[in-house]
Amino acid sequence: MHYMFLIYNCEDRPKPGDPRFEEILTRVNAFADECRRRGVFVGGDPLKPVSTATTVRVKAGKAVLTDGPFAETHEHLGGYYLLNCRDLDEALELAEMVPQAHFGATIEVRPVDHIPGLNHGVA
Amino acid sequence: MSDLASAAVERVYREHRTRMLAALVRALGDFELAEDALQEACSQALRTWPRSQVPDDPFAWLLTVARNHALDRLRHVQMARAKLPAPPPEPVTMTEKQLVDIGDERLSLIFTCCHPALNEEARLALTLQAVAGFTAAQIARAFLVAEPALAQRLVRAKRKIRDAGITFEVPADHLLPERLSGVLTVIYLIFTRGYTTADAELRHEAVRLGKLVAALMPDEPEAHGLVALMLLHNSRSAARLTTEGDVVLLEDQDRALWNADEIAEGMTLLDRALRFGTPGPYVLHAVIAALHVQDRVDWTRIAALYAELLAVAPTPVIELNHAVAVAMVDGPEAGLELIDGITGLNDYHLLHSARADLLRRLNRCDEAIAAYRLAHELAVSPADRRFLAGRLRSLETS
Repeated sequence: MHYMFLIYNCEDRPKPGDPRFEEILTRVNAFADECRRRGVFVGGDPLKPVSTATTVRVKAGKAVLTDGPFAETHEHLGGYYLLNCRDLDEALELAEMVPQAHFGATIEVRPVDHIPGLNHGVA
Repeated sequence: MSDLASAAVERVYREHRTRMLAALVRALGDFELAEDALQEACSQALRTWPRSQVPDDPFAWLLTVARNHALDRLRHVQMARAKLPAPPPEPVTMTEKQLVDIGDERLSLIFTCCHPALNEEARLALTLQAVAGFTAAQIARAFLVAEPALAQRLVRAKRKIRDAGITFEVPADHLLPERLSGVLTVIYLIFTRGYTTADAELRHEAVRLGKLVAALMPDEPEAHGLVALMLLHNSRSAARLTTEGDVVLLEDQDRALWNADEIAEGMTLLDRALRFGTPGPYVLHAVIAALHVQDRVDWTRIAALYAELLAVAPTPVIELNHAVAVAMVDGPEAGLELIDGITGLNDYHLLHSARADLLRRLNRCDEAIAAYRLAHELAVSPADRRFLAGRLRSLETS
């Protein structure tokens, strides 16, 4: 089953040049390697900060844009992984290993749904 | 014949419900589908057995018929979906023989019901329903929730198990200690609920669940320890309250009302658990409970055991129990000092009543009265409230 890991609250990540950058990069790459070794890795990326977000709603057939994220909360979505795990236990085990979780991020684990007829789903 | 047949259906259902449900959930990967199918099979048995005759193996008959109902249902769903281009994933199906050959899956059922990805209320409700066979109405009554809310909680939990990929398995070795402790926690929570609400049926069911886990995992000392603990606590339940429902303290209890069979059984189980070496938290709690039913309560050992528990699984409640035991050994002042060092139990009436009792013994009456008042305000059960009000009255008039 495919699981989406939504990584919240990891906005303030070190930039290249910061001494912590190399350390975190190594750990994040090692996590992806572990996922590949298990054959579960489908994808994963960081997202640019919420200040870059534009939210689109369609009202009366017309797009209404909002400068900012969907919800004004303190915990913002900062990145994701998409992993094909054996079951929820494996997904939760990997979620615990996500390096960002060890730097204050919260990981929401969501199974990817299957919709018959959908022509681009991964599940 | 008709009476005989329905009695046969009822008997198989009562004896094997959990096993049949476990086998069906395993085969179908879906709680709700498995329950509906089992219900259908029972209705069919009630209709047909009186007319033909009770099958040689009613257990296998019910399972096979239930499986066929479930497969029919799945086929209907598939046909409805067939109009769409992509076929849905194949349902997990098994042949009749495989289904009947399935061994005892009750343990998998228990672990699934107690999966840590479900919230605690859902774990309790699901275990009581799926493993113990309680109805939603019974569970709602025991936990003082509205029945529709409870039913909703059960449905949500079952769908999460199906949709989030919670496996129907005994967890892998590296997860087992933590997950087993989660299962034992659920059982103990059911027991303590039955204890605080004086619900004997709930306590009895918790003991039964504990025995089931202990029987299925005979090499897990903590499972035996939990059963011993529950039996030893339960053995004193008839003596804990007067016929008017008032609290009777341990030293005032009529020992003739203690259940000797439960004490003996608890002691035997505890002996077995202690043979496994380093005792875990439930075994330690059970040893403490065993010391409480001795002729002379050995508070020195009890205090030492609570200290041991504090080292393995520290909680403020254990700190409080430790402090009370220390007060019995070293005097009220020593206990009071420990109680005043506890944080996080300010809303717990037993902390204030223990404090009040020690202050009373130190003749610090005004402080004792204040502490009893606080305990009385915080206590919920009518028996506790009456007991504390009585203590308060006798202090105020002295």
